[in-house]
Amino acid sequence: MSTTTDAANKVSSAKQANVVAHFIRWFFYRARGDSPFKTILIHATLIVACIIAVYPVLRVVTISLRPNDTLLTTDLRIIPENATLDNYKEVLFGNPERNRKSDFFLWLWNSLSIVSITSVLSVILAAISAYAFSRFKFPGRSAGLIFLLTTQMIPAGMLLLPLFIMIAKLKMINTPLGLLIAYAVTAVPLTIWTLKGYYDTIPVDLEEAAMIDGANRFTVFTNIILPLSTPALAIAFLFSFMGGWSEYLVARVILQKNEAFTWPLGIFTYAQQFTVSWGQFSAASVMIAIPVMILFLYSSKWLISGLTLGSVKG
Amino acid sequence: MENENKVRRYLPSVLWIVVLIAVYFTLNSLIAPFTDGITLNGKIVTESTKQLGGFLFGIIGGLMLIEIYFYQIFFRKPKNDATNIIIRALQFILAALLLMVVISFLESTDLFRMGDNIVGNFLRSPVTMFGDFQSMLVNTKIATKDSAQLTSSGIMVLALLAIFAVIHISSVSRNHNYGLAYLLILPAFLGVLFLIIYPFLFEIKLAFSNASLGTQATKNAAYGLQYGWENLKTLFTGSVAKDAKFLDVFWRTVIWTVINVTFHVSGGMGLAILLNRPMKVQGLYRTLLVFPWAIPTTIAAMALRNEFDSRYGLFNILLTDLNTWLTGISHGTANIVGIGNLFTWLAAHIGPVSWKQDPFWAFVSILISNIWLGIPFMAVIILGGLQSISQEYYEAAEIDGASKFQQFRNITIPLLRPVLTPAIILGVVWTFNKFDVIYLITQGGPQEKTDILVSSMYKAAFQFYRYGFTAMFALVIFIILFLFTLIYLRISGGLKSAAE
Repeated sequence: MSTTTDAANKVSSAKQANVVAHFIRWFFYRARGDSPFKTILIHATLIVACIIAVYPVLRVVTISLRPNDTLLTTDLRIIPENATLDNYKEVLFGNPERNRKSDFFLWLWNSLSIVSITSVLSVILAAISAYAFSRFKFPGRSAGLIFLLTTQMIPAGMLLLPLFIMIAKLKMINTPLGLLIAYAVTAVPLTIWTLKGYYDTIPVDLEEAAMIDGANRFTVFTNIILPLSTPALAIAFLFSFMGGWSEYLVARVILQKNEAFTWPLGIFTYAQQFTVSWGQFSAASVMIAIPVMILFLYSSKWLISGLTLGSVKG
Repeated sequence: MENENKVRRYLPSVLWIVVLIAVYFTLNSLIAPFTDGITLNGKIVTESTKQLGGFLFGIIGGLMLIEIYFYQIFFRKPKNDATNIIIRALQFILAALLLMVVISFLESTDLFRMGDNIVGNFLRSPVTMFGDFQSMLVNTKIATKDSAQLTSSGIMVLALLAIFAVIHISSVSRNHNYGLAYLLILPAFLGVLFLIIYPFLFEIKLAFSNASLGTQATKNAAYGLQYGWENLKTLFTGSVAKDAKFLDVFWRTVIWTVINVTFHVSGGMGLAILLNRPMKVQGLYRTLLVFPWAIPTTIAAMALRNEFDSRYGLFNILLTDLNTWLTGISHGTANIVGIGNLFTWLAAHIGPVSWKQDPFWAFVSILISNIWLGIPFMAVIILGGLQSISQEYYEAAEIDGASKFQQFRNITIPLLRPVLTPAIILGVVWTFNKFDVIYLITQGGPQEKTDILVSSMYKAAFQFYRYGFTAMFALVIFIILFLFTLIYLRISGGLKSAAE
């Protein structure tokens, strides 16, 4: 009896060793010419870098899972003792016992409506004018491009004061419209540059061929240029969306009432109450960050092509 | 085969719809029992949708009208001399009206004041007339107070369209070489003009004023060169926010920018070079490494602020552990000459740090945070650049006997230049201006010892309400950045080709 189990154990451990060896070989797959030592060193460095990149993010998750009485601890584990979802529940649905309502969805709605409108608007504006900059030669073209680049030298904080005064004069403080105005075109100049660079890489022959076949400028733009530049457009949209989505400083100046808050302002109310509720703050952060991060990581394969083909190769 | 293709083609969209419906129903059934605890409700959603939608509609409509106007200027030609006069007159009147509206808008935001004289009243007349028209509509019961604005705008638009129609009928089409290009860049250009250039001009005006909380911002502010001089003098001799001096803050900003950009570029370059080789798990590494970039900055900064807590933060926990470990070793090696002393010394000097109270460590804490946040972006950009370099160069160099360092120096760096130049310029400008991390982690404290120029400026404006001074401050910052960019471009010769 014992011999058979021994044999079975041996077989399975051999199998395991085989699997492990296979995994190691697969994981440390190396190019010709690299010594094993070098390969291991490279992987070790990368793994350490990954840990540094990911661990602080995971800590937020940890804090959000802690029960309220053990928030302050020197524990470094990722899943804490007595993990609980209470913080999430309170953030999402309020706390009837303490008669507190949840503003979480309100903040999300405010952010989402403002930021999606501004990013769609700025991508459309940029896509159209970038086409003109890329395909037409007209007086003032390079002056315009340089001018757009120069606007990027203006610190965002610098325009904030006049914009604030202007928005106050238009009586748009505490309304989504005020923030919409403040966000609307900050991303446009750079987006025009990026998209112009991307359009430049699309051969003009394609359009000329289509025009000979009787297409006009509009159909050329919608049927050739736009589909071919989807990655760049997605990147532009993503950048301007991410920029506005987590923006704090401008929003703080323009929105002062809780009903009008976007989520970055909103989650700060957790950190500014009498008792700082880090647990709820972290829970809210996790719920907001996860969809954005998934979107971001999912599109990371486009990110590289979009970024380098765009602003860079001119 | 055909069928299979169809399935393949429509399956993703069907799946998406199914997923969306499922999400909707689960959310609905999950949230419905808790609606009492949630402040968002259907009414708020409808209201804000209406507000935003109306605004968007107005903007797009206005842009369309302007586009039509310019389209007719570029692409329509009067049929004969008689229509020529009519068309030009109509277009001239429209342009004048538009100009007057713009001028009165600028006045209403306090860019300048025209006073109560003939010129002022004349320039303001279109807007006043529009207001009168609205009240007339209300008085004659054509519209209620709420709908007056909508109705009158609608009538205005119809009138404009009628004018455009008249022009269209009495003209024939013609070709224009640049017309289309101008029409295409017009909307973005107007946006930039209105939301970047106009505030910029306004800022210059403010810089020469004594606007502050006492003058109710621009309402009672006085303007003049002497105020500008006063602001400039305060900037260089007085305090920039509360106590800090300009030069101190300036040097701190330079150090902040240099350290950040150096670490971003070298760290990014290092990671990119490590990643840029055949690896089975490259995608996984890349995904994990861009985490700091993917997480919203606000959350990342707040999370890091937590980690710099003196007792419960990650950094001090690790430093305490390290200290304990070093002390243990120093006890064990106390007898060995040299090494024992070394470990005793290390144990005495490496330990938990007061990140919040000590200005130096507070500055280090924001540096660590910003470096952590910024490396992935550079890594991704440089990796993209590296992947576009053909492997053949390296093979050729290898055959010629070039060492790895020589390859890096003579192939990688020159070929990366088109990627690196703009990335470094933008990196410098962004870092110079980036203070959300500072504001969220240390708020410039302790005693404004971690403020950089832009964060001081933000404080001067929105904590101390020194508007005129802030505007001058902002101008100086802009000039510094502008000079930097000019010099850098002159030296590196970059971007020259990009604008051609």
